[in-house]
Amino acid sequence: MTDLASSATPSAAVVAETDDSAARLHRNLFIAIAVLLAIAPFVAYPVFVMKVLCFALFALAFNLLLGYGGLLSFGHAAYFGMASYVSAYTAKNWGLTPELAILLGTAVAAALGLVFGALAIRRQGIYFAMITLALAQMAFFFSLQTPRFTGGEDGIQAVPRGKLFGLISLADDRALYWLVAAIFMGGLLLIYRIIHSPFGQVCKAIRDNEPRAISLGYRASQYKLAVFVLSAGLAGLAGATKAIVFQLASLTDVYWTMSGEVVLMTLVGGLGTVFGPIVGAAVIVAMQNYLAGLGSWVLVVQGVIFVACVLLFREGIVGVISKWIKKPL
Amino acid sequence: MFELLGVPPQALFGQVLLGLINGSFYAILSLGLAVIFGLLNIINFAHGAQYMMGAFVAWMCLNYLGINYWAALVVAPILVGATGIVIERLLLARIAKYDHLYGLLLTFGLALIIQGLFRNYYGSSGLPYGIPPQLTGGQNLGFMFLPTYRGWVVVASLIVCLATWFMIEKTKLGSYLRAATENPTLTQAFGINVPLLVTLTYGFGVALAAFAGVLAAPIYAVNPNMGADLIIVVFAVVVIGGMGSIMGAIVTGFSLGLIEGLTKVFYPEASSTVIFIIMVLVLLVKPAGLFGRAA
Repeated sequence: MTDLASSATPSAAVVAETDDSAARLHRNLFIAIAVLLAIAPFVAYPVFVMKVLCFALFALAFNLLLGYGGLLSFGHAAYFGMASYVSAYTAKNWGLTPELAILLGTAVAAALGLVFGALAIRRQGIYFAMITLALAQMAFFFSLQTPRFTGGEDGIQAVPRGKLFGLISLADDRALYWLVAAIFMGGLLLIYRIIHSPFGQVCKAIRDNEPRAISLGYRASQYKLAVFVLSAGLAGLAGATKAIVFQLASLTDVYWTMSGEVVLMTLVGGLGTVFGPIVGAAVIVAMQNYLAGLGSWVLVVQGVIFVACVLLFREGIVGVISKWIKKPL
Repeated sequence: MFELLGVPPQALFGQVLLGLINGSFYAILSLGLAVIFGLLNIINFAHGAQYMMGAFVAWMCLNYLGINYWAALVVAPILVGATGIVIERLLLARIAKYDHLYGLLLTFGLALIIQGLFRNYYGSSGLPYGIPPQLTGGQNLGFMFLPTYRGWVVVASLIVCLATWFMIEKTKLGSYLRAATENPTLTQAFGINVPLLVTLTYGFGVALAAFAGVLAAPIYAVNPNMGADLIIVVFAVVVIGGMGSIMGAIVTGFSLGLIEGLTKVFYPEASSTVIFIIMVLVLLVKPAGLFGRAA
């Protein structure tokens, strides 16, 4: 359907030749990421690292849909934001333990993804992007108009971090960090597994040539819906975790600017690369932290990065490195 | 005082008029989107920002240069359209050969830049823009009070929409445009300068958005955020109508505005979501859109 993602990955022949060495490289990268995660809280501010991890997981989920499903959703804030509301609400008002609140948020996001996805995959390309955006705006208005559930303009504040499994207190940033790091690593490995499974291969085939995949007997719309639900659910996992980390769920999480941010992170890191969204999220979150005092200039800077990436840097950071070392990343 | 369906007629017709005004903006904006999409195959995400620019240019003309509303109605679309031409030449033309979704991402970035810049210099609180003296006051029509300016907005939008329809469907220039939409390579082979046509089309679409912005300036405060949420509703309008037909875009825009106005009377809670709900229903029943051609 689109060359948006496939243009970033090396040709199939290169992939086949380097399959073994690429797998080895990826394994080493996973080990490197695990080591980085283990030392990060001792060298950097844990809350900042947790923010990066939440957004990195969000961008990974988005990239699963765009990079491997070929579907550009402009409404991923809906799943991120609604999951964040659900986990904040249940942790605060029902007194759920954090892991249950996060799981419930994820489940709601996946269910929402099932409904929105089933509608959106009825159209393709540009229409798909507009429909997902419009549906997400509907979720935004729902959040705005149900202050009893979402707290309206104030959001849900002072969400308790609670005790993991009712035993381990997460009030300390370090303690919470290990949970977030585990969720991130789990999400990353799951997405890697999905991409490299037979299911992922069929998704890529549909992305590259939908009529051909259909003629080979694959039910394209079922695969598209499945990858949409997976992506929405994982975006929800990121949003639900974010609500526990910052003890806050607000309208910002469900607004269209959030959908734009996740697109930007993925674009900067590299569309259709496994590790790109992580790099992109780190870059954008660091930039937002650094520029936080500049107010609306952040918007301008983000816009300039968007335009510059589309014009000059379509492969993204990891995409360029991948081309350089001639291995898929 | 008599009542209609349990609603006082003043309130009912007042909302119907407001709905028609919103419908005018939906119609002009979705028309511009459809014209641009036809030739460039991209969705112009900056459309809302360019609508906002139209309102701001009118405000600047009045406050810095003393140019009144009537002149601004012509000057603002030309100026904003000219920025559109620059954008097309410098940016959009360079990515035309790549996936069309890149056009969406690029114009989204442009929208962020434009909105951010205006917010930096003018804040988010909104600037007042007076109704021109010739159009102040209103008429009492017996069943309702019609503010003259609001009536003018509906009439002016209808005229512009129909003129655009006439130009595209009935003139020689329009036939070039339709030919280039259908098959740009063949049209170029017949000696028509298609790249120039593409540039002018983008400029024209942007100018339409700016025109809507000038019309909106006296009704809504001139605000950097005025186009941001509107454009998403217009996207839903475009999905409902389908972008295949010019008349379809006009009819869909006005009728959805009307439906939104009526929703405000009978079930105000749903008024901000009713268009999205209609979009869902249309997707279920006729995925290609009411006036769209199946892909």
